[in-house]
Amino acid sequence: MAKTVLIIDDSKAIRDMVTFTLEPHGYRCVGAGDGSEGLTRLRAENPALVITDLNMPVMNGIEFIRHARQDAAGAGIPIVMLTTETKPEMKAEGKSAGATGWINKPFDADMLLSVAKKLAG
Amino acid sequence: MDEINPAVSAFVQEAREILEGLEALLLDLESDSDAEQIDAVFRTLHTVKGSGAMFGFGTLSRFTHHFEDAFDRVREGRLSVDGRLIDLSLKARDHMIALLDCGGDGPGATALEATPGAVALLAALAEITGAASVAPKGAAPQATPEPAPSRTAGRRWTIRFRPEPDALRNGMRPDLLIAELGGLGSVEVGADIGALPALADLDPTLSHLGWTVTLDTDQPRSAIEAVFIFADDAELEITGEVTEPAPENPVRPVVGQAQPAAGEASRKKPEKTGESVRVPAGKLDEIMDQLGELVIAQARLSQMASHEPELESVVEEVERLVTGLRDATLSIRMLPIEVVFGKFRRVVRDLSAELGKEVTLITEGGETEIDKTVIDRLSEPLVHMIRNSMDHGIESAGVRLAAGKPARGTVRQEGGEVLIAIEDDGAGLDAEAIRAKAIERGLLTSEAQPGESELYQLIFAPGFSTAKELSSVSGRGVGMDAVRTTVDALRGAVEVASRAGLGTRVTLRLPVTLAIIDGLLVRLGDAVFVIPLASVEECVELDAAERQRESGRTMLCIREHLVPFLDLDVVFGRDPSTETRRRVVIVKADGQRLGLVVDDILGQHQTVIKTLSQYHRDVEGFAGATILGDGSVALIIDVATLTRRALAERAERKPAA
Repeated sequence: MAKTVLIIDDSKAIRDMVTFTLEPHGYRCVGAGDGSEGLTRLRAENPALVITDLNMPVMNGIEFIRHARQDAAGAGIPIVMLTTETKPEMKAEGKSAGATGWINKPFDADMLLSVAKKLAG
Repeated sequence: MDEINPAVSAFVQEAREILEGLEALLLDLESDSDAEQIDAVFRTLHTVKGSGAMFGFGTLSRFTHHFEDAFDRVREGRLSVDGRLIDLSLKARDHMIALLDCGGDGPGATALEATPGAVALLAALAEITGAASVAPKGAAPQATPEPAPSRTAGRRWTIRFRPEPDALRNGMRPDLLIAELGGLGSVEVGADIGALPALADLDPTLSHLGWTVTLDTDQPRSAIEAVFIFADDAELEITGEVTEPAPENPVRPVVGQAQPAAGEASRKKPEKTGESVRVPAGKLDEIMDQLGELVIAQARLSQMASHEPELESVVEEVERLVTGLRDATLSIRMLPIEVVFGKFRRVVRDLSAELGKEVTLITEGGETEIDKTVIDRLSEPLVHMIRNSMDHGIESAGVRLAAGKPARGTVRQEGGEVLIAIEDDGAGLDAEAIRAKAIERGLLTSEAQPGESELYQLIFAPGFSTAKELSSVSGRGVGMDAVRTTVDALRGAVEVASRAGLGTRVTLRLPVTLAIIDGLLVRLGDAVFVIPLASVEECVELDAAERQRESGRTMLCIREHLVPFLDLDVVFGRDPSTETRRRVVIVKADGQRLGLVVDDILGQHQTVIKTLSQYHRDVEGFAGATILGDGSVALIIDVATLTRRALAERAERKPAA
């Protein structure tokens, strides 16, 4: 069965980009436009991997991760932050919130794919 | 990268919308800089920067990076929001749009980057961010440096790896990492269970294990490190020694299922999206077109079924459905007029600085919805009128203070119903100057004593241009005649009211939609015409006795007011009507009443407007055509043109009289 990847980003272009990269490799991609929509999706879709942006309206990525980790649906699911933010403090904050990893934008397709394989199998 | 092409156009569209929004954000920021606004600006820039680099807009992304830096400083309170920052930001935002318009990296973007304006902009940004002015131009904001994968011959690596206790909770999968190592070469895996607590004390959600992996590979160290990119909190030790090329190692990685077995079944659910759908405007036009045909077909059906009782209920049902469908479709095309207002704020800001006048723009009724086509065509004339108000209407601060007005002038913009009024509290139109100018241009005879509103209409005359003769400030942009041309094309009307010293108010009346109008069906001999109901004031009987001949032109006396009227037979070059009992439709356009004489009034008709063919487009006096219920074609009368023609004839005749 295809593994589901949840992409949370307020930019549809980014969501599309991730989808176009992963879908040909057998992942099923679903999107959400902000953290709070992401939580709803997380509970509904049981994804094998979550890729989330950091700066988003309504609920940002860090908050999303915190909520997700406290939720039965989010425990143990790999959550990768996908962001242009490069500051170590932000990275540390993400990690302490419970993020599994970190991908910097811009990313390339191979990189994204290898991360998906590494974390979702 | 071919598979991401559809995403590129999505990015361009998205970025454009984001940057439109950015302008409003920046202008808001100027008047009220709260943390949320600043965050929003930062987020906007951040998004464009991040996406830009991925979609082949590296130049845009690099530029945005500097811009973003500035707002990062604002966010941290190290830079304050002032006029200078907003100035710079607005310019930077314009530059971003220009870069976006280049359609990605290439000679266009490179050339644009090298323009003096762009260089100055970068320098200014570098200055306020305090960045070393030798900004790493051309360097990507951050690129993961990939050292060239130098192939090293057969090495044996020992990797000791112990994830932090929280790793499993946080989604780390040591099994996948070890499997990934297995992909690099041959591995031998040993588990270190030394830290495993007694079963009673075991928290299954924590990671207690460590692994020692011996890996024989010809891959460089960086390839191994790449496996552990996310494991930076784990204990990790990678040591290597050069070995003889290792014999094929039969040991396969043995990895226990370290993750608590979670329900893996991924339920397939139909995707429900609450998002809006973006559709090219052309497609909406297509639907509107089809719908127009449907309305016509339905009208024909109704007419044919009027003698068939058993069809009646079905036809009524169809009529109801078509009406619903039409309303729904029209509503899709509606946009709040606010969309245009956004543009005004920038115009007012820029012009304020340019003219050295302090002006406040007040907009009201921005939520009023109006057809997208109307909005698109409206924005230019509205901007022009606002420029006019600021340029000619609003006085300089000194004059204003002397006149007892606040130094800051106001330009007001309202969008109630489909009446759009632009109002300023400036000096008002100078009636005497207009009069003098009109006489000079031959638009008015020196004896003529037109009323004020008639006089003000003259500013719309072609050739009256920008009215720059009315004030010392030079005019700019198109003249008011261009405004009226546009409004006419939209089947609207313009009215001007002004009081010397108090201000000017220009009102545009506009139809909510362009596609369908309510029309009045009139008969002329055996031909049928449509008069847009919106411009119809009343219908009266034409009593021959009431006609008063006045130098070849007819006037009609309605409730003690003389109203000029045109016999449509004459206008359209038809044979004079022989009917004894005729009617007059009184229409109003440009604030002028005019009677149109017809043979009969047939009733109201919802009209789907079809544009005239290329060959007939230049025919004056018709706004289009429509198809009637019986399938015949009726021309739609362009009231504004007829009125203007009548007025022009009257003006021509006057001097001769």
